[in-house]
Amino acid sequence: MAQTVTPILSVLPTRGLVDEKFKVALENLPPRFPVTLHSLHQSEDKDYWEAFGYYVSDDRGRVTVSQDASLGGTYTGAEPMGLLWSMRPVPGSRTGLRLRKMDVQSPMVVLISAYKGHVFEGFREQPPMASAVTERWYMAPGVQRIDIRERGVKGTIFIPQGPGPFPGVLDMWGGGGGLVEYRSALLASHGFVSMALDYLSFETFKTHNECLSYFEKVFSIIQQHPQVIKDRVGICGLSLGATVTLTMAAYCKSISPRCCVCISGSHVFPSGVSFAEVFQFKEMDMGKARLDEQKRVIWRDMILPIPTDPQRKVAMGRIKCPLLLVNGDDDQNWATVESAEDMAKMMRAAGNDHLLTTLTYHDAGHLIEPPYTPHFRASNFIVQHSKQKVVMLWGGQTKPHADAQEDSWEKILAFLRQHLYPCPSSSLPQAKL
Amino acid sequence: METNLWRLLLSVQPSRGLVDEKFSVRVQNAPPAHPLTMHALLHSEDGDTWEAFGHYVTDSGGDVNVSEDPSLGGTYDGVEPMGLLWSLRPAPGSRPGLRFRKRDAQTPMQVRLSVYQGHQSEGFMDRAVLASVMVERWYMAPGVRRVNITEGGVTGTLFLPPGPGPFPGLMDLWGGGGGLVEYRPALLASHGFASLALDYLKQADVKNEYFEDAYRVLQQHPQVCKNRIGLVGLSFGSSVALKMSVYSNVIQPRCIVCVSGSHIQHVGGTLADIFADIAKNQKKTRYNEENQVIWRDLLLPVPTDLSKKVDVSQEQCPLLLVVGEDDQNWPVPESADDMREMMEGAGNSHLLTVLSYPRAGHLIEPPYSPHCRESDRKTKPAIFIALWGGEVAPHSRAQEDAWRKTLDFLRENLYCSAD
Repeated sequence: MAQTVTPILSVLPTRGLVDEKFKVALENLPPRFPVTLHSLHQSEDKDYWEAFGYYVSDDRGRVTVSQDASLGGTYTGAEPMGLLWSMRPVPGSRTGLRLRKMDVQSPMVVLISAYKGHVFEGFREQPPMASAVTERWYMAPGVQRIDIRERGVKGTIFIPQGPGPFPGVLDMWGGGGGLVEYRSALLASHGFVSMALDYLSFETFKTHNECLSYFEKVFSIIQQHPQVIKDRVGICGLSLGATVTLTMAAYCKSISPRCCVCISGSHVFPSGVSFAEVFQFKEMDMGKARLDEQKRVIWRDMILPIPTDPQRKVAMGRIKCPLLLVNGDDDQNWATVESAEDMAKMMRAAGNDHLLTTLTYHDAGHLIEPPYTPHFRASNFIVQHSKQKVVMLWGGQTKPHADAQEDSWEKILAFLRQHLYPCPSSSLPQAKL
Repeated sequence: METNLWRLLLSVQPSRGLVDEKFSVRVQNAPPAHPLTMHALLHSEDGDTWEAFGHYVTDSGGDVNVSEDPSLGGTYDGVEPMGLLWSLRPAPGSRPGLRFRKRDAQTPMQVRLSVYQGHQSEGFMDRAVLASVMVERWYMAPGVRRVNITEGGVTGTLFLPPGPGPFPGLMDLWGGGGGLVEYRPALLASHGFASLALDYLKQADVKNEYFEDAYRVLQQHPQVCKNRIGLVGLSFGSSVALKMSVYSNVIQPRCIVCVSGSHIQHVGGTLADIFADIAKNQKKTRYNEENQVIWRDLLLPVPTDLSKKVDVSQEQCPLLLVVGEDDQNWPVPESADDMREMMEGAGNSHLLTVLSYPRAGHLIEPPYSPHCRESDRKTKPAIFIALWGGEVAPHSRAQEDAWRKTLDFLRENLYCSAD
């Protein structure tokens, strides 16, 4: 036999949702034995991502990742999920990578391994002592995925299991474009009909009204769906999607979202006076874009100072539903914290600030995603209108950003449940955020 | 309260689990002190429907937590986190004598968990459901590999855990029902053991050498530690395991697990001889009031003649016996007592551990499988309903406890013990 020490490595659950915690444990090691726990994932783009932590077994020869402190590696301290959120591209990878799952019908497969000693490189060149495979799913079993191609709208609807009808959430992604489904799939796994929308392929918006009527149409598609409770539809937006969310809530006459979530967003129109121009990124004051010492693009100053001209921003006094803002104070892409302060000011003046809740996470960046997905401070980005390839600085430090993702997701789900799931009695205490 | 004024939230975690993993089932957002029925539905590969249900009342927050709250009635009662699985039984109107066994170990069992208004006991298919989720239960963990074995005349399936190996090995010997039963070795591989399911009842005259060939195939596999191999048997497979471990020079397991087994058998002959011997005692077959067959007396009384039972006093490795005290199929408790006596007399009883479960029957399977008290056995010329014994709740507790202790025993002897 090749080795006399065969530790037993377990990961439970073996197949989990991406926002479920797992328990990684090693047994049958000698006591006080140094080991490295390592995670490896190959993305859909074929890049390899890894994370690792250094441990020493206890007197019974065990390592329990949820309790023991990692002494070094890509994360330190007692971090049950560190092997996922601290992943980064393996040495020698292409630069500026971002990990995103585009096919949500298959799981992320992660290989967890235990190596002898404290290893910091060359994981692929030496055999581990033990390995286990775990799957991380965006879709719970039985969730349905349906393509939407109607009336000029391109999107995907995810429907939870069960008889329905269900509350609905319109999911507005950011300025990167494309049809990004994973957050919608996960929302459906939590009991919401959710629609992901590709809204940046449309170059045909010429007027403000054309824009509004497109979004009214989109909202009505989800609201009229037979599996959706008509008066319980909310909107969730990230980045540019958050600006769209606020615009819809404030200006679209025929729709009334029951609540809105805006992640890393602003009420300021980046370009000028026209909402339509938001999508064209025309006349955007690119002069205010900065480069850092590594030539990464910083856009946060482009809407600073926050304009006083009310025409340059969404009229927050018109918002009639509960609004949750989620921001990172190290956001280098958009001045979201300053925007949130201005939104509060406007709503106080209008008398509707009781609707507003703001969560600000210290040292978190712009891309606040579902939990345990890796953080990257910058990544490759194609600017929509010019097709220019840049490296965009998003901001954030890994550990605080990971904590922000975990905490905010829990609060976003609680907020959506509170406002969208009809409660048996309004006299019952509501779930507190 | 009108159900259209509130929507309940049903969540199960994990939604995709191994069959021996516990899950947590929660209902939220219902009115307080509200009666609800939790229901489970499973369609077998043969198209039969199995169901289980429990009656609950929500707490003051409008919640039910199946892991902590008692079921007030149904197919199980009391606080039973996994009752919705182990108390599954054929739906009313099903054909008699059904047994739940998954033939395809590579796909999950799909159980639909639903919530109904009030306390319902029947007619579930005709009632409106308040909420429903699909839960998957897997025998194979991700990364476990399934390999067909056809070398050296041996037919079987090998399940390998993920990772570099090499791994301790197990030869899994199923019972007299025959065929290639894969789900238990698939689950054992999910716990780190390279496990070989052996097809050995294809012909009645299978020779002892067949088992030695199979053992060698396992030993020689590049991903198996050749001196860390154990035997796991169920029912007749246990008899084979005991005989081989004592009398074969090739089969030298590091430990043996015998579930519902007996050492009573014609020692010198082939399996065909053993069956012929048993058949001689046909007249000892008994029937209960439902005309179900009780075969346990065919091997009794326990012989004193050493040509008629395995001489376990010569056993050289740790032996774990799992006994259901209400076993109606084989005289397992009597055999265990006799084995203990033989080993105490020879001074090797320190190798023996007996797990004995009151009111458990013969078919002690991985946990949370539906209990089977009787099922059809196709023996020529007729189909009988064989009585296995056991009562649902005690048998299910036995399965859970025995499985955990079996895994601990295997780890202790195959992973942890010094070379």
